[in-house]
Amino acid sequence: MKRIDHAEASSHFIKAKDHIEFHDRRLWDLRQKRDRESVQLDEWEALRTLASEIKEHTLTHLADYLEEFEANATRNGVHVHWARDAAEHNQIVFEIMNSRGARTLVKAKSMLTDECDMRPFLETRGIEIMETDLGERIQQLDDEPPSHIVVPAVHKLRADVARVFSETIGTDPKNSDVHYLAESQRQHTRPYFLRADAGMTGANFAVAETGSIVVCTNEGNADLSVHLPPLYIASVGIEKVVPRIEHLGVFVRMLSRSALGSPITQLTSHFRVPRKGTEMHVVLVDNGRSERLGMDDFWYSLKCIRCGACMNTCPVYRRSGGLSYGATYSGPIGVIIDPTFNLRKYSSLPFASTLNGSCTSVCPVRINIHEQIYKWRQIISERNQLPMIKKEAMQIAGKVLSSPRLYRAAVETAGAGVEHLPRFMLYNRLNTWGLQREVPQAPPSTFRQWYLEHRVKNGGRG
Amino acid sequence: MSSRHEILDRVRKNQPAPRPLPNVPMFDAGVAASLDAFRTALSRMGGRFVPAADDQDLDAQVHALFPDAKVVCSATPEVKGNRPIDSIRAPRDLHDVDVGVVRAVFGVAETGSIWLSDAEFGVSALGFLSQHLIVLLDPQAIVTNMHRAYQHPGLFTADYSVFMTGPSATADIEGVLIHGAQGVRTMSVIPCRRGARVTPRPTGA
Repeated sequence: MKRIDHAEASSHFIKAKDHIEFHDRRLWDLRQKRDRESVQLDEWEALRTLASEIKEHTLTHLADYLEEFEANATRNGVHVHWARDAAEHNQIVFEIMNSRGARTLVKAKSMLTDECDMRPFLETRGIEIMETDLGERIQQLDDEPPSHIVVPAVHKLRADVARVFSETIGTDPKNSDVHYLAESQRQHTRPYFLRADAGMTGANFAVAETGSIVVCTNEGNADLSVHLPPLYIASVGIEKVVPRIEHLGVFVRMLSRSALGSPITQLTSHFRVPRKGTEMHVVLVDNGRSERLGMDDFWYSLKCIRCGACMNTCPVYRRSGGLSYGATYSGPIGVIIDPTFNLRKYSSLPFASTLNGSCTSVCPVRINIHEQIYKWRQIISERNQLPMIKKEAMQIAGKVLSSPRLYRAAVETAGAGVEHLPRFMLYNRLNTWGLQREVPQAPPSTFRQWYLEHRVKNGGRG
Repeated sequence: MSSRHEILDRVRKNQPAPRPLPNVPMFDAGVAASLDAFRTALSRMGGRFVPAADDQDLDAQVHALFPDAKVVCSATPEVKGNRPIDSIRAPRDLHDVDVGVVRAVFGVAETGSIWLSDAEFGVSALGFLSQHLIVLLDPQAIVTNMHRAYQHPGLFTADYSVFMTGPSATADIEGVLIHGAQGVRTMSVIPCRRGARVTPRPTGA
């Protein structure tokens, strides 16, 4: 499988100046809204600790809670299925639909079904799928994966949406008014809700105590997808289980505050028992999660509640766009999850970080994201997955940094180098850092020169 | 081996050492479950708070709020409407409802949410297919925050239940906020005691 080159992929996004400026601003705005909301609650930090502890408890007793969920859901009349991997998940969904003659599926946003690449699998088997979340629908119509786990089309501007909609659902190509575009999607989608054979959602939480599926949304599309068709299928990652209803209070209070800076999503829906005369199915999906649970350094990533706060705060994500990660999960959380799916393919992702730790400090479930990024770098360099240029540079840096004499010589000449060397010597393929940046002007003297001058000469007093 | 066994076995084998389950406090000492707080939070989320008319004629009030509405479907005896919820055979029969009317079980001051279940909706699609939703809420039935809200026994027994906080919304294009994404375009909450006697509007006078 081809290695994703994050830096190369992001260069395409960086070229579109309007897009990248808007993207950066929009996501930073979400981060600031999150800050304003979180400081309103005195107990915010206590909630983060509780959320982390509840998730760690659940993950360390996961098998028992999964069995409890299954038993309660089954008692409620829900059909529970287990899928080892993406392929089995897709096959199960297809068989549920096919055996009931269901051909049309209205679907709420689910990162898990994106992770499983479910859409093409079902489409080639004759099932029509209508993504009903606005952002996800835009991405479906543009034949692109979502670029953000909460706002899938955040990398697009209104003119892009106008183009996509005019080419696909027949809107006026010259009209890029946001109200017009959203209303057009509403009108276009409505008949599908009324005639679909099946509806599908992901899950934010699955409650062991009651067997309930909890879905947090804003658009009303998830509820429409469930309350109209005669068949409802929920795809649920096994790490989504929480022990009890009371634990939802902790997570629901933080999810939308972290994601969008609103106190709660417009809708928090709890599906426990299928509507009379209809069927409800839950597909519990592993797809690498049980393996990750056994990874000492990385199992904490399973605490993630998919709020996207780490993406919104990440300077690399904001300036490179989610699509450049080449994976279902992008941004800091993607950087630590993706290598567990395929280390070679995603070996460049842990380097798409400044290690500033901002992701860790906004994470509502206290995942040590930046520490995990650092650990992935160690694993990748140990397993020889570093690209050649990075490896060469690191070897030279290692030699220079371990020898005080070499280090001094390098630092003293570097300043002179920046000042006097021609540009082609400074900015070339070997200096990837300099591709988008100017090398800063060095100060007139190094710290060591200054120290020798001022401290040592004055007998150690300044 | 079945997928179920394989997954559970691998989970059991890989589970890290057990960690304890913390107690969750209510975090509402000294916090009032006030209608004012509810009202402020609701309006932040795009919901409308509409005080009950003095004469308590809710049908007239619904008409005054939506004078152009052709189909009003009410799932609460306090409002009559013109499409009885009992006449609905399949959820899609609600496709032409302009205004749906329901009664919430309780409200949450922290977020401005109302909670109700399939029992209150009659047909749950009423809360989503209707163009507009009117919610009656007993001003006494308000809890402080979401921790308190999740103590309600209905969460354990209802087939389906939902916290609704304002109308459906999206900001998926350039962050521009649109009310009326796929679900209801507006949500109005009328504070009104359960079973408050509906007195006919004085005539003639």
